[in-house]
Amino acid sequence: MTQTAVFTNVGERTNVTGSAKFKRLILEEDYETALDVAREQVESGAQVIDINMDEAMLDSKAAMVKFLNLIASEPDISKVPIMVDSSKWEVIEAGLKCIQGKAIVNSISLKEGEAPFIHQAKIIKRFGAAVVVMAFDEVGQAETAERKFEICQRSYKILVDELGFPPEDIIFDPNIFAVATGIEEHDNYAVEFIEGTRRIKQNLPHCKVSGGVSNVSFSFRGNNPVREAIHSVFLYHAIKAGMDMGIVNAGQLAVYDDIPKELRDAVEDVILNTDAGAGERLVEIAPKYSGMAQAEKQEDLEWRSWPVEKRLEHALVKGITEFIDEDTEACRQQFDKPIQVIEGPLMDGMNVVGDLFGAGKMFLPQVVKSARVMKRAVAYLDPYIEAEKEEGSSNGKVIMATVKGDVHDIGKNIVGVVLQCNNYEVVDLGVMVPAEKILQTAIDENADVIGLSGLITPSLDEMVHVAKEMTRRGFDIPLLIGGATTSKAHTAVKIEPQYDKGVIYVNNASRAVGVVSSLLSKTQKPEFLAKTADEYVKVREQQARKKPRSKPVTLARARDNAVKLDWQSYTPPVPSKLGITEFKDVSIKTLRDYIDWTPFFMTWSLAGKYPRILQDEVVGEEAQKLFHDANAMLDQLEKEGTLQPLGVIGLFPANRVGDDIEIYTDESRSEVLVTSCQLRQQTEKADFPNYCLSDYVAPKGTPDYFGAFAVTGGLEEDDLADAFDAKQDDYNKIMIKAVADRLAEAFAEYLHEQVRKVHWGFAADEALSNEELIRENYQGIRPAPGYPACPEHTEKQKIWQLLDVENRIGMKLTSSYAMWPGAAVSGWYFSHPDSKYFAVASIQRDQVEDYAARQAMSLEEAERWLGPNLGYEPA
Amino acid sequence: MPNNVAVNGEQIAEQLKQAMQQRILILDGAMGTMIQKHKLEEEDYRGERFKDWHVLIKGNNDLLSLTQPEIIKQIHRDYLAAGADIIETNTFNATTISMEDYDMASLSREINLESAKLARAVCDEFTAKDPSKPRYVAGVLGPTSKTCSISPDVNDPGFRNITFDKLVAAYVESTLALIEGGAHLILIETIFDTLNAKAASYGVEEAFEQAGVTLPVMISGTITDASGRTLSGQTTEAFYNSIRHIKPISIGLNCALGPDLLRQYVEELSRVCETFTSVHPNAGLPNEFGEYDLEADDMAKEIIDWGNEGFINIVGGCCGTTPEHIRAFARGLARTQPRSLPDIEVRMRLAGLEACNLN
Repeated sequence: MTQTAVFTNVGERTNVTGSAKFKRLILEEDYETALDVAREQVESGAQVIDINMDEAMLDSKAAMVKFLNLIASEPDISKVPIMVDSSKWEVIEAGLKCIQGKAIVNSISLKEGEAPFIHQAKIIKRFGAAVVVMAFDEVGQAETAERKFEICQRSYKILVDELGFPPEDIIFDPNIFAVATGIEEHDNYAVEFIEGTRRIKQNLPHCKVSGGVSNVSFSFRGNNPVREAIHSVFLYHAIKAGMDMGIVNAGQLAVYDDIPKELRDAVEDVILNTDAGAGERLVEIAPKYSGMAQAEKQEDLEWRSWPVEKRLEHALVKGITEFIDEDTEACRQQFDKPIQVIEGPLMDGMNVVGDLFGAGKMFLPQVVKSARVMKRAVAYLDPYIEAEKEEGSSNGKVIMATVKGDVHDIGKNIVGVVLQCNNYEVVDLGVMVPAEKILQTAIDENADVIGLSGLITPSLDEMVHVAKEMTRRGFDIPLLIGGATTSKAHTAVKIEPQYDKGVIYVNNASRAVGVVSSLLSKTQKPEFLAKTADEYVKVREQQARKKPRSKPVTLARARDNAVKLDWQSYTPPVPSKLGITEFKDVSIKTLRDYIDWTPFFMTWSLAGKYPRILQDEVVGEEAQKLFHDANAMLDQLEKEGTLQPLGVIGLFPANRVGDDIEIYTDESRSEVLVTSCQLRQQTEKADFPNYCLSDYVAPKGTPDYFGAFAVTGGLEEDDLADAFDAKQDDYNKIMIKAVADRLAEAFAEYLHEQVRKVHWGFAADEALSNEELIRENYQGIRPAPGYPACPEHTEKQKIWQLLDVENRIGMKLTSSYAMWPGAAVSGWYFSHPDSKYFAVASIQRDQVEDYAARQAMSLEEAERWLGPNLGYEPA
Repeated sequence: MPNNVAVNGEQIAEQLKQAMQQRILILDGAMGTMIQKHKLEEEDYRGERFKDWHVLIKGNNDLLSLTQPEIIKQIHRDYLAAGADIIETNTFNATTISMEDYDMASLSREINLESAKLARAVCDEFTAKDPSKPRYVAGVLGPTSKTCSISPDVNDPGFRNITFDKLVAAYVESTLALIEGGAHLILIETIFDTLNAKAASYGVEEAFEQAGVTLPVMISGTITDASGRTLSGQTTEAFYNSIRHIKPISIGLNCALGPDLLRQYVEELSRVCETFTSVHPNAGLPNEFGEYDLEADDMAKEIIDWGNEGFINIVGGCCGTTPEHIRAFARGLARTQPRSLPDIEVRMRLAGLEACNLN
């Protein structure tokens, strides 16, 4: 069947940079479900699907090839044309080699000049693909109609006149920017696009014009009716001017004629920029058409004139601490007892917060700020309550702890705050808490629930231990499980069978309240526990049925299929400075430029990529505030010098011996300092080698080198957090840890760059932007023990030994090999240009036996450390 | 390249286009069917040169260009005598990839070169006899025995046993040899996987660039069954959209089906195709003995009707057809007006398995 369309809609759910879900699926190699995403998109009417695999943690080229090959076997998906989307040319080229149909390349531009543009266009032509050309040249992105046309015309002439590129296969993207931002220079952006489009379509025959439509309405995020009106009016004019295709969420379009006249006129004035006051007029009437938002723009202090209960509610919802003491005092005077202030207006206010959060109308950082206000108010009332010797009534008591051997607590703190907001009493035992202490505290405090958290994989075993102990000691209160490495599957398979009074996996902070309230309600509890138990039975059955995604192979076969690098014609670079170097005075000022902010927002449960998240229609506003607060904290830390990042690196002669890397004392290579043991992928591979990190180091005979590093955001992290805690300031307690965490990662990035450019010096001329650093567009890798390429945690001990980490910079390892302070990174340096990240994934008994022998561990101990990677049931 | 066979691609293209505006050009018929009639045995295939070859090679028809050149020349002669304007080189399986089956990848170049040379020699004889009817050699690039967009392992749909790059390398080698041997044009045929065809065309362009020659290219796809799709799942129009960037002199369909079942796809192609069209169907579907028994006159009826309907510019035969069939087509179509090129609107014509034509 032939499709013919007037305006072509491009689906972009299969884009790792735009869809968090798709990204997760690809990272987890759950290609089956990822195919479902593509299928649903086609079923819901996408005429072309955009596929993008640009993600730093991913071998983008391999992922693109794999996904396209799988799509080829899915007629429901591959019936539509594919848009191969990447900023990396090699990914685009690899993609084109897998597509039998006529595809679209997204995108090329004159950004880097004519030579690469011509080179790429020639190849695209030979593949017969169409191409998206951005209105971008050596000078930058085009903003005015004049520049848009000029760049597109220049591109068109090169393509059509010089290269014979079919003009009907060219799609220009002349850049859609936001209007009505309050900045005068932006007022004309829609007009510039429309005019640019008109000129392009009039003067450049047969070409098409496309764009990302939702950009235009960014300044009205949160007000969907107005955004939809803006999209419709914009498209109405842009399509008339010749726009042919674009990325539009069909759900985000109003029917042009259905838009109320007043709104439509106001939007028309903004889009067409009729006069200087147009933006302001739309801002003024916009709240009238928004479903929920009232005229929030009034930044004045009108709320100060409201009744005191309303003022407290407002302060809680908005997270304003400025007037909280005086309002609490005013309220206290109205009631007989101070406790009534808490149980009355403050709890009412927190209920509003809870409702808004539950409805997705408030976001985590806001809730944490609300909690800060609440805590201040309670702290203010405490002496009065104390004087009357009266206990506050709470909904219940929760013991929380990060388990023994683990120091990570950002997530646990967030859950604690959310529970407190909902009037649960939280006893937080902190980090590295032994089972004994957790259970004794629960008995002493007569707790209703225990919550365990952990980030590193060995913590999973510790949780199993806690559950066993609870059974042994005859507990009957429920156990909650949370933290980055925990999962429903692990909880169901490993923890729940150890304790039958209720084990519940809580996947995020927002679910904690619902779970705890069900557990503490006498009526709901039995049903909730029964339901959860049933669910876990199903999960266990599913797990048992789950066949390994790929067949295991023997270790010998995996080694036969190792990465085979040509060491004959390659000379490994010699470090310019061998040995250990300490970094004790790198300033926060230096490191700030190296921060990857995206994970910071994830910490706060805000999904989206930095910097785009700051403009996100749903969470953008909160993201901006959070970003501002983080930077203010960095300013202060920088000014006061209260947090000093520390790091140490070392570079040594080294060679590969089997799957191990021998690190030598000196260039004579006669004395082994430390042997790093690596693991090899052990599933059947058709198109790829069975990777092992050791393959990237030369065997004996070729002098090669190897490095290690350890960094922390600063030893003062915990003290600073405690200081905020003492001031009932959970928000900043979490913030300091999140910021320190980012500094540690930034430091690791910075040191790696120093190593490449100076200490090892194989990339002396490298000049990469922070974005390119984040995308890891450089030679060499720095995998960290405990992460997928080298998942076994005890290897960190070797880094500590090699670099004398604890003596030099004070960082420690716990019994589970977690690093202290929590904001820390350690890992290995590999220099080979082909070296890359991968996941060892599932391994078999023959390798574990081999590994145990190499590590001089018992098989049982090796199986314990490798638990998450075992592809078999240990005896 | 020897001067006597040097080809001016632009000139050939011009001659062919002019001829195709005058009349329907006749392509030859099956090579394999004609070879079968000789009932050759293992030793005939081996000849003197390969008498000690370490694998069985009976059935390696392309090798006969080296070991039995007279048989191949005679078949070409029979088709030319029957009225064919274009004959196809005996190179359907001559890429390194297909020759691998006989462990003869290293002979790929030689087979392509020699096959082109002997077809060209016979062609030149006929052109010399009657210069008013010039004859042309189409250097044939077959699909190879592997598919680039289909997994050979049903349990692992993402797996491939050939890569685009390997196909391109094989096609470059074959094309260079065909050019050197004096082919007038290149025919990429029996395309059941469009990605293979893209690799072929990519390789052909690469070879043209290396040789400094650009020959006209004919493209011919294969609708494998009554579903109306290629083996790799594309509809006729999607197939057309996916390969038209090569700017072939003709696009067509061949093999798999007889003329009756192929008719509706020929009609569709004729409607959507901006350039000349070609068809060379099988002589019906094979019977229970694997033989094709649609007789020349019966097959010609349908073919002549296509001519009268204005569907075609080039027509010949595939499996099961003989010089008898070709003679019947040539006679029946001698005075039939060829299909005139339709005025096709310039549009962005994308494709997945289905065509997606944007306004």
